Amino acid sequence: MDITVGRGRRLGRRTSATRENLAGWLFLAPVVAILGLFMLLPILMALWVSLTAWNGQGSPFTGRVPFVGLDNYTRLFTEDDLGRLNFVTSIRNNVYYVAIVVPAQTVLALGLALVVNRRMLKGRAFFRSAFFFPSVTSSVAISVVFLFMFANSGAVSGLLGVFGIRGPQWFSDARGVLHLLLSGLGLADLDAPPAALTGGGPLGLSWWEWLSGPSVAMCTIITLVVWTTSGTFMLMFLAALQDIPVTLEEASLIDGAGRWQRFRYVTLPMLKPTVFLVLTLGLISTWQVFDQVYVMSQGGPAKSTLTPAFLSYQTAFRDFDYGSGTAISFILFVIIVLLALLQRWVMRDRAAAPASSRRGARPGRS
Amino acid sequence: MSARDDRMAPRAVPRRPGERRGLAGTFLGYATLIFFALVFLYPFVIQIANSLKTEPDAAADPLSPVPHPLTLDAYERVFLGTDLPLWLGNSLLVTVAVTVARVLLDSMAGYALARLRFRGRRAMFGAIVAVIAVPGVVLFIPKFLVLNQLGMYDSYAALILPVLADAAGVFIMKQFFESIPVSVEEAARIDGAGVLRTFWSVVLPMGRPALITLTIISFQGTWNEFPHSLVAVQSPGLFTLPRGLADLVSGSLGTGTQYPLKLGAAVLATIPVAVIFVVFQRYFVRGANEGSEKG
Repeated sequence: MDITVGRGRRLGRRTSATRENLAGWLFLAPVVAILGLFMLLPILMALWVSLTAWNGQGSPFTGRVPFVGLDNYTRLFTEDDLGRLNFVTSIRNNVYYVAIVVPAQTVLALGLALVVNRRMLKGRAFFRSAFFFPSVTSSVAISVVFLFMFANSGAVSGLLGVFGIRGPQWFSDARGVLHLLLSGLGLADLDAPPAALTGGGPLGLSWWEWLSGPSVAMCTIITLVVWTTSGTFMLMFLAALQDIPVTLEEASLIDGAGRWQRFRYVTLPMLKPTVFLVLTLGLISTWQVFDQVYVMSQGGPAKSTLTPAFLSYQTAFRDFDYGSGTAISFILFVIIVLLALLQRWVMRDRAAAPASSRRGARPGRS
Repeated sequence: MSARDDRMAPRAVPRRPGERRGLAGTFLGYATLIFFALVFLYPFVIQIANSLKTEPDAAADPLSPVPHPLTLDAYERVFLGTDLPLWLGNSLLVTVAVTVARVLLDSMAGYALARLRFRGRRAMFGAIVAVIAVPGVVLFIPKFLVLNQLGMYDSYAALILPVLADAAGVFIMKQFFESIPVSVEEAARIDGAGVLRTFWSVVLPMGRPALITLTIISFQGTWNEFPHSLVAVQSPGLFTLPRGLADLVSGSLGTGTQYPLKLGAAVLATIPVAVIFVVFQRYFVRGANEGSEKG
């Protein structure tokens, strides 16, 4: 082959530059071919399909497939039908899911990292591994385990029984926890919601439905996800904690700072870039929840665990409405990109200062 | 907590942080650690224990870690009564093929981006970073479309080819190659070795730690991969283990909940990654932190 150069000393600069040019592209070619063929091309194909009413029969790239323009997108927001109801419900469900999972996993990961990082404790390596292990296992296998644990007469109900609490019927309970809370406080009646709220809220969902909170069934998925992801984020916090110079802690001790002050004014500011990273990664991944929904609930009960990712799959592969399914996945794409940009913008100056002094420039981050 | 009086005077500061509160703090630290270790590990105990129980026993006492009576019945039924052996084989085939290809292709591409000067390098690196940012979940339908169009849908090629290269792996390898000194390679080049030769016999051997990390991330990721098999194949004979397991759960088993059997299948899906985790733990840790660098 051309790139296994023989004695290259005679060759001039030009040929060696050409050679390196060729070698570079040859080395890169397989990856570029695969990513181009199975990522870029598919996205372009899907953009086209999202503008059609293809039903899965034959090829979507012939003249026989009806072209509908942006209808698949606009219908999700304007048409008062089942399609919009499903879509808006999935967005509501996912918003509550994100609002609980992201803060919960961040706080839990940071807490675990702080405990594991304490120098005087023995066996820290074991505990670190124990907390991290769930993150590396199969999401499907773990979902099966949680299905069993949250079954009606399962381990969780058994455990609650020990404390005299009667657990709900986890996977068949579509009631929102905010609704339950309101009725528990005597502020609202589940069967007769306040009339002021049953009227038309935005996008065809009443205000009462918007204010449901995650359903009891969704809470099992939330528990599972927080449990599996915290370990990975704990490792990130741990790496950052170990980068904090000991002299800084000692200086704060000499200044008479208590433990809380030390955490608040020394540790936390040093961790800001990591907090930013964990929040962003969390936001991006929580909008993609799919495996757990597929295995544990298939969007039920009463659509209360439906998420945009699962809905797009369901719309395309079960209802054979590929146009709508693709449109939903592109809207999800936009949501994720916007959130990533928004967070970057919110944290723009806070993230900069401590990061640069500690580790130097890191690619892909700002 | 407020600062205590004796700490206000610099002279009185203890040398080691927290020595005063030592005992109570240590106790609290251990209590927290043990509590969370139970929370994080007991589900696996439940999983294994209940896969060794009879169905009535699992239903009656799901919390108990001791099967009563102990039986391998679930495993017998999962091996003889379902397609699981086939899925296990498929998973193994796909995982090994993808891992070997990824390690080779990702390190070649990473090396090119880190070291070789060719036209369009910056643009290609930008493209790789952009690809990392594409959420996998929006690719379900697109991947199906392209496999369908190429006539590859429902084949081994559909399971393997689309995931042969991953942008994140390329990124990790590029970072790694940039972190090792260039002098050794230059020496080889001056001795007249070509690019391919230098890469194969000088660069790759130096890249061992990063290669092991990449091997492990790829193995774990491919072994656990679920949605790709969902949109790439539909014949039960082509299912990978996670796909087959999801199928068992969604009711292909017929009567009863059959939890011991499902949990047994889940145990089998967990074992390979668990073994690798125990043996190569530090590489897993490194892999997770590479993840943080690429974010």
